[in-house]
Amino acid sequence: MQPVAPRLATRTFDVEQVRSEFPVLSRRIHDLPLVYLDNAATTQKPLTVLERIDAYYRSENANVHRGVHTLSQEATEAYESVRPTMQAFLGAGSAQEIVFTKGTTDAINVVAGSMSRGYFRKGDEILLTGMEHHSNIVPWQLAAEATGAVVKVVPVDDRGQLDVEAYQALLGPKTRMVAIVHVSNTLGTINPIRQMIADAHSMGIPVLVDGAQAVAHGPVNVQDLDCDFYCMSAHKVFGPTGTGVLYGKAEWLNQLPPYQGGGDMISAVSFERTTYNEIPHKFEAGTPNIAGVIGMGAAIDYLSEFDIADVQRHEHQLVAHATGELEALGGIRLIGTADQKTAVVSFLLDGLHPYDVASVIDRFGVAVRSGHHCTQPLMDQYRIPGTLRASFALYNTLDEVDRLVDAVRRARKFLS
Amino acid sequence: MAAATSTIEERAAEVVEEFELFDDWMGRYEHLIEQGKGLPALPDDYRTEAYQVRGCQSQVWVAAEPTDSGTIRFLADSDALITRGLAALLVRVLDDQPPEAVASSNLAFLDQIGMNEHLSPTRKNGLDAMVRRMKLYAESLAAV
Ligand SMILES: Cc1ncc(COP(=O)(O)O)c(C=O)c1O
Repeated sequence: MQPVAPRLATRTFDVEQVRSEFPVLSRRIHDLPLVYLDNAATTQKPLTVLERIDAYYRSENANVHRGVHTLSQEATEAYESVRPTMQAFLGAGSAQEIVFTKGTTDAINVVAGSMSRGYFRKGDEILLTGMEHHSNIVPWQLAAEATGAVVKVVPVDDRGQLDVEAYQALLGPKTRMVAIVHVSNTLGTINPIRQMIADAHSMGIPVLVDGAQAVAHGPVNVQDLDCDFYCMSAHKVFGPTGTGVLYGKAEWLNQLPPYQGGGDMISAVSFERTTYNEIPHKFEAGTPNIAGVIGMGAAIDYLSEFDIADVQRHEHQLVAHATGELEALGGIRLIGTADQKTAVVSFLLDGLHPYDVASVIDRFGVAVRSGHHCTQPLMDQYRIPGTLRASFALYNTLDEVDRLVDAVRRARKFLS
Repeated sequence: MAAATSTIEERAAEVVEEFELFDDWMGRYEHLIEQGKGLPALPDDYRTEAYQVRGCQSQVWVAAEPTDSGTIRFLADSDALITRGLAALLVRVLDDQPPEAVASSNLAFLDQIGMNEHLSPTRKNGLDAMVRRMKLYAESLAAV
């Protein structure tokens, strides 16, 4: 398969125009215009995605890879055409290296589950970081439990940055795998993964990157990063839930055993001996989420219309404005003040529980997340019950940031 | 706390009536938080893992003691104001009632006071688990 050239932006970024393309943004909540600042949990979907999924079910629905009839061929083509789309989006060398999964969690489980079957041995070390999402912790703990491997953790400092020196010191002859989050969903920290991958590779250790929070906010090129695996969810990049991608270097995907068995992943089955399909199909057992994958393709097409640098600039403005205005309120503790950050602002109000604040803010029509954000080890480290998290996407505006800050101010007044 | 002579239903109706006096969420929330402030302090002995109901978002502790008159006494607390308010309402309605009545109680009043958004298990504030825990205590007391 041929490499696919990255697409060039076809339109200039205009936030009002963008907003008009996301139907849900016109909703009212408690009689006020919705301010949706929970994009790290999931993003909203543009019309093109909704229409694409609708059109698929209305006029193209058939099972893929199975029928010779026209409809099945069309469905297969539509589904398979998303592979080169994702290849270009992630900068992969070949479309074979794009495995469709249910999402990031599933992608990590594919690798961890597969590595439990012969790759990990007793005493091997799996190196994670202290800011991982539970979905990049628990699959490795399961793998460790099954194989006798042990999980080691790279410490995080008070500002929410990885201790890279400690990381380098932890890499050792027993390290068999490194799994790191590209962008922290709780802190917004962008980790120096390129360096970390090079460090691991210098000792022959493979690296998996959890890219769930990265792909909507900046360019990703897996060949450039040289990571061995990269995981993402469509729903965090304006696509539907229940679908995502595992990028894996072909040499790894070829070498690892299948994770789940079923239809589509085999080449021949008999009770004596079953042979597996080629990659990526070897890792795609059963009827996939066809509409979801096609919707994911539409989402990536949508995002690719823009120059991602414009999106980054816009989001950077939002984060800077939110950070500045929240700090100006006083009595605020920002959680995660790394030098390199994306579109996440996590904070606490002195003396107030994030659950109370989020509940009151909701009454003002502002959707933020409260809680531990599936990063309990990080909350334990900071000795906090959770945070309030405002997370931005390309359709948020400076006015919405002002609505957030105003809501926080009013919530504090109300609760104190 | 209300007199032991009133039933769970009567106390629940009283709570609903009180909340009906407020015509906006601010009033209802303020009243709820006030209720939490009136909740008797939870003795430290109960502020332990064994009495903790872990919600995803806020923590709740709930304990029960039998009384000499055969009713059940509830004690509760939470680290969040809104959750503590909801805990206070539950204690107010269920405290000092016969265990059988608690075990079989219908707590629909929580839906009727305009706090339903806090009741869904997905909200993960521990309220749902707190109700289950209170009923469990009552069931085990009723069985003795
Ligand atoms: C950093 C990170 N990793 C992994 C995940 C899991 O993604 P999903 O639930 O889509 O599988 C998330 C989503 O919350 C995340 O933020």
